[in-house]
Amino acid sequence: MNVLAFPKGKPMARGSERVEMSHGAGGRAMQRLIADVFHAAFDNAELARGEDQAVLPVAAGRIAMSTDTFVISPLFFPGGDIGALAVNGTVNDVAMSGATPLWLSAGFIIEEGFAIDDLKRIAQSMARAAKAAGVTIVTGDTKVVERGKGDGVFINTAGVGIGAPDIPLGAARIEAGDAILVSGTVGDHGVAIMAHRAGLQFETTIESDCAPLNGLIAALMASGARVKALRDPTRGGLSATLNEFAQAASLGIGIIEEAIPVRAEVFGACELLGLDPINVANEGKLVAVVDARDADAALAAMRAHPLGQEAAIIGTAHADPHHFVTMRTRIGGQRMIDWLSGDPLPRIC
Amino acid sequence: MKHLTEYRDADRARMIAAAIGREALPERRYRIMEFCGGHTHAIFRYGLQDLLPGNVEMVHGPGCPVCVLPAGRLDMAMRIAEMPGVILATYGDMMRVPGEKGRSLLKAKAEGADIRMVYSAADAVALARDNPERQIVFLAIGFETTTPPTALAIRQAKAEGLANFSVFVNHVLTPAALAAILGQSDDKDADDRDMVEIDGILGPSHVSVITGYEPYEFATKAYGKPVVIAGFEPVDVLQSILMVVRQLNEQRCEVENQYIRAVGTGGNAIARKLMADMFERRQSFEWRGLGWIADSALKLRPEWQAFDAELRFDVAYRSLAETKSCECPAILRGQKKPVDCKLFAKACTPETPLGACMVSAEGSCAAYYTYGRHREAAA
Repeated sequence: MNVLAFPKGKPMARGSERVEMSHGAGGRAMQRLIADVFHAAFDNAELARGEDQAVLPVAAGRIAMSTDTFVISPLFFPGGDIGALAVNGTVNDVAMSGATPLWLSAGFIIEEGFAIDDLKRIAQSMARAAKAAGVTIVTGDTKVVERGKGDGVFINTAGVGIGAPDIPLGAARIEAGDAILVSGTVGDHGVAIMAHRAGLQFETTIESDCAPLNGLIAALMASGARVKALRDPTRGGLSATLNEFAQAASLGIGIIEEAIPVRAEVFGACELLGLDPINVANEGKLVAVVDARDADAALAAMRAHPLGQEAAIIGTAHADPHHFVTMRTRIGGQRMIDWLSGDPLPRIC
Repeated sequence: MKHLTEYRDADRARMIAAAIGREALPERRYRIMEFCGGHTHAIFRYGLQDLLPGNVEMVHGPGCPVCVLPAGRLDMAMRIAEMPGVILATYGDMMRVPGEKGRSLLKAKAEGADIRMVYSAADAVALARDNPERQIVFLAIGFETTTPPTALAIRQAKAEGLANFSVFVNHVLTPAALAAILGQSDDKDADDRDMVEIDGILGPSHVSVITGYEPYEFATKAYGKPVVIAGFEPVDVLQSILMVVRQLNEQRCEVENQYIRAVGTGGNAIARKLMADMFERRQSFEWRGLGWIADSALKLRPEWQAFDAELRFDVAYRSLAETKSCECPAILRGQKKPVDCKLFAKACTPETPLGACMVSAEGSCAAYYTYGRHREAAA
């Protein structure tokens, strides 16, 4: 891994507005790109060392680590962009363990011809997201691939957090009777992307919920509620996360449709696109499983946080040899909630 | 959206369900076939079966255009898509449908074919406009609901002189499928009629907006099955079930319309004229699960053949064998339930569909698998 090095050359000349193969070749052009785009945005002491690694202080205890790669299209969408997503996605994955995320790495695979202004925009968005989440981007890497061999830019981030609980939070800790909470409206991110791709117009623009959840998690943990598991329902949405929990805990999960918060415009877009909001991706929501006795305290703590104002208790875990996730529908019937078999594809009629 | 929530109102649904419970005679069975995949989807998505008394049973019909498209037609689409310079444009839920040896459009795309998902036929015309150097082929499927938009798209392409646009037509006709189910197919024999175990029918909603009531009269007259044209929302479906129960109790047998907010007696004459001007019936068409059915599908009339992708790319149909021991034909006719099939939830799942009823979310096997397996586990 190459570090995002300290600037050595001159600032990039005007007119060279697109990424060229030379920007990934290890020479001056690459150094300038790194300095002008990434170092300018991420500026911090670790990067300024200019070494091939970051060296970070850790106290005794456990660290949590995670990595994620972002290959989305479009790169810029209502409510966010690939940069914010790459920071928040990894921050959230680390935070779901109960640890405090502190450091990120960032790897870029850039397609030849990509506009440098767009790359700057992405780097600045990452810097803002990192600041908001209280993390530092301490090391990174840049590669350029030939035109046609990438889709603009791909970003990988890895994150490290400290202070993970001795017994990590996780699905295996879930017991029958535990309460299931969701931190807010579901489906916002996926519908924002799909509506944008499909060119759908609504009275208000549906925005991605892309946000760092470490603050919300800290508030939840500080409430003293016995939290068993946390997960952010990204790809596959709420239904995938609940099925992962049921499988890993060898339990059934029952939820109440009426209790699940869904924005009216997301509901409307899902109707048009033939999708179900519970199958659609989120980027700023979490599902929490807590001891039933602490459900109200956990709910109050989440609702007191700006990112959890619409939190709700949506169901409970129970013994079930089949590990099914079921839902009581608005109408009063029961149905299963299954994993999706692939991408959510719109129905035709 | 207020309009929609009204038809999903829990209190109204419970009231109607209670009326069904009161009025269904305990000494008889009510086997009601919902024709459309949209109905099947609503029944499972809202768990409507839980609100019905045990002797009112829903039988899931063949009204899922994705499900009934045979592997041979899909194979033709893939052959077209693989030709140099072609972009195949299709509705999203066609992408995963298995063709020969389980090969789908998604797999063909992964292998290099340029296949794009569109939300409407008009989007495919836009692709043709934006890519003058490429051949854009729209994979058109669906019952009478999606046929008029295809016709409009072709007219638009003609008006704009888009010579690089063509359509691979797979539009099929609802009454023909219903007739096949009721035993009136090509190869009918006397026993066939006795085997169809349904007492009444929930008729298509969106299709009837176009066709009106008339195409369903034969079901009441020749087969003695009451038909209620039903909307797709849970309150619509329950109310329509109640209407069928009442017809059966009162020994009436007629075409009734629950979906009055959208369906008029005569349907949409303008849309039908548009279809009639551009399309004519194929002599016969193969359906997945139902076999060859005469007069059951459409093709472009000679004067529009310049837009016919089958002719432009010279691909011929060949019939491909369906999976052995798949019970789809019996399930589509209401003679068996998905769980009666040996393959269900074992070899055949939404990830690895082997038969017609599992390929689309609206197929009855897929709906059972996705929404209803807890029922079998509890039983």
